[in-house]
Amino acid sequence: MDVFLAILASSVNTAIGPSAIVYALAASGLNVHYGYTGLLNFGQVGFMLMGAAGLAISVSIFEVPFFVGLLCGVLAAVLLALVLGAPTLRLRADYLAISTIAAAEILRFTSRSNTLAEFTGGPFGIPSQVGGAGFTQTWNAMNPIPPGRYSFGWLQFTHTRLWVVIVGWILVALVCLLIWSLMRSPWGRVVRSIREDEDAARALGKNVFAYKMQALILGGVLGGTAGMVLVLFQGSFFADGFRPELTFYAYTALIMGGAATIFGPVLGSLTFWFLLAVTERTLTLTGILPSGAGGATRLALVGLLLVILMVFRPQGILGNKREMVLDG
Amino acid sequence: MAEPTAAAAALADVTPEPGVSKPDPILVVDEVRRSFGGLTAVNVDHLEIQRGAITSLIGPNGAGKTTFFNLMTGFDRPDRGTWSFNGQPLANVPAHKVARLGMVRTFQLTKALTRLSVMENMLLGATQQRGERFLSALLPTIWSAQETEIRARADELLARFNMDYMRDELGGELSGGQRKLLEMARALMVEPEMVMLDEPMAGVNPALTQSLLTHVKDLPSFGMTVLFVEHDMDVVMDISDWVIVMAQGKIISEGPPAAVAADPQVIDAYIGEDHGDESRFTPTTLATTAAASTETVGRSPVLDDHEGPATGDVSAPSDDPDGESHA
Repeated sequence: MDVFLAILASSVNTAIGPSAIVYALAASGLNVHYGYTGLLNFGQVGFMLMGAAGLAISVSIFEVPFFVGLLCGVLAAVLLALVLGAPTLRLRADYLAISTIAAAEILRFTSRSNTLAEFTGGPFGIPSQVGGAGFTQTWNAMNPIPPGRYSFGWLQFTHTRLWVVIVGWILVALVCLLIWSLMRSPWGRVVRSIREDEDAARALGKNVFAYKMQALILGGVLGGTAGMVLVLFQGSFFADGFRPELTFYAYTALIMGGAATIFGPVLGSLTFWFLLAVTERTLTLTGILPSGAGGATRLALVGLLLVILMVFRPQGILGNKREMVLDG
Repeated sequence: MAEPTAAAAALADVTPEPGVSKPDPILVVDEVRRSFGGLTAVNVDHLEIQRGAITSLIGPNGAGKTTFFNLMTGFDRPDRGTWSFNGQPLANVPAHKVARLGMVRTFQLTKALTRLSVMENMLLGATQQRGERFLSALLPTIWSAQETEIRARADELLARFNMDYMRDELGGELSGGQRKLLEMARALMVEPEMVMLDEPMAGVNPALTQSLLTHVKDLPSFGMTVLFVEHDMDVVMDISDWVIVMAQGKIISEGPPAAVAADPQVIDAYIGEDHGDESRFTPTTLATTAAASTETVGRSPVLDDHEGPATGDVSAPSDDPDGESHA
């Protein structure tokens, strides 16, 4: 019995941890893109990388103040949205999908290349031998929690982790509030009509391109924010942390929670990390697999659980069945 | 025949010939060409649409009617040509701006927004909404009063179209005919001066056709001009003040319904030169047709299944009095 309690406690600990926050933010961005506007962004990780690199490079290399660095991260994500959106948003949906997935990989390879090591730290990232004091200094200095270990019932935190988790979940709450107030407004109505049929929106006098661009920027900035939370929690930025599968995990969280719902991506992200943790801990703590061997098996098991969920609840946990059965 | 309307009276002295000038045109088209590869889809030298009238645009399949609609409303760009709406040149004006200027279209394949409710579909049509700007959207105080106004207007229109009881249904849950109604009502939310309806009656049952027709007939009394594409000759003859016939991209005939129906060129365009009975072009009131609606469904006077080229020699079998046996 103790084993099961231990599995549960440790899984809950993971589920509310920084990774879930990062994915909740990234998936909320995808929710704006795909769930509400119908934009197929397969390169959300590219926006995450831009946000993270914007923060890390500006603070560590160019030594700007931390808050200016956060702004640089946001602007970097906006820039990527503009560059990707300008040529593709007038075309069919597939063009955005192709260019986002390619752009994300181009960004990853460029920032890990030795040519740019002066700025990005190359494959070693920031901080590294080329980096300065590191971009997390101010962040950690702002932590009001005295150093130590904290436990609340099952949950256990170090002071740095608790700081990230508190700020992160407040951020997620604010993002939910932002998306909720946008989507109930006439702006949200236009954006959802574009998802349904952009020619109809155009025939009613809506500037479809401008709305798609706004949505791409908003979701991209949320992705950039996710990237910034990720590197602040890790304490370092390195390009290979931004591999394409991050985008697809974020999509998984979004679809599992329910696309086009406010809390769907958040709940999906919590569920995704809980399932990952629970399967891994079950396999290792019960001795079925040696410790450390759970990595690949847990992904396979989570995949299976997802298939089952999609069979029995295709609209996701929070999704609307009534909308789901309509042919798009 | 419908009783002569004000618009019909205004058009009474206009000579029925292609490209003729109208007393008060709202839309003036000059030298508009559009070709797809070697095919010239639209080739209109001059055309004027009378303000406040119901004008129908007819012609065999592939005549270029829908392409013409797309060009006029900014959904497609012509190779060359100019056209103006209310004196405002529209060449190179994007589709959403055309709609804001007061020329709104519907689509042949209905575009009900499936996962939006009927009410949301309607609300979307209103222009100049303050809450549609990104930053204002975050502050309901800026837009909630306007939203209430728009909602009242939408409620009124839904009631006029007898759809108020389904305002909370999703667009995708409506039947094909209801979607056509919704699309028309939604277009009216834009408060247009001119409505362009692309086959508003296609695929709609006779009872609903009747209701749709009543709404179309009402539009001029709200100060709107109507241009619509239709294949059902009874409908065309019944409600039009003026009829324009296109074939192979050109305007081949225009005039009051009776004049066009008698034009041998039109009959040739539809069924070739060697045609049989012409009675299908005789104007009949829809009331008579609706009375025999079951029969009408069975052997509909819809002409769109004729695929003969405009001046071609597709001959209807001479031993068939209806000329329809190949359909």
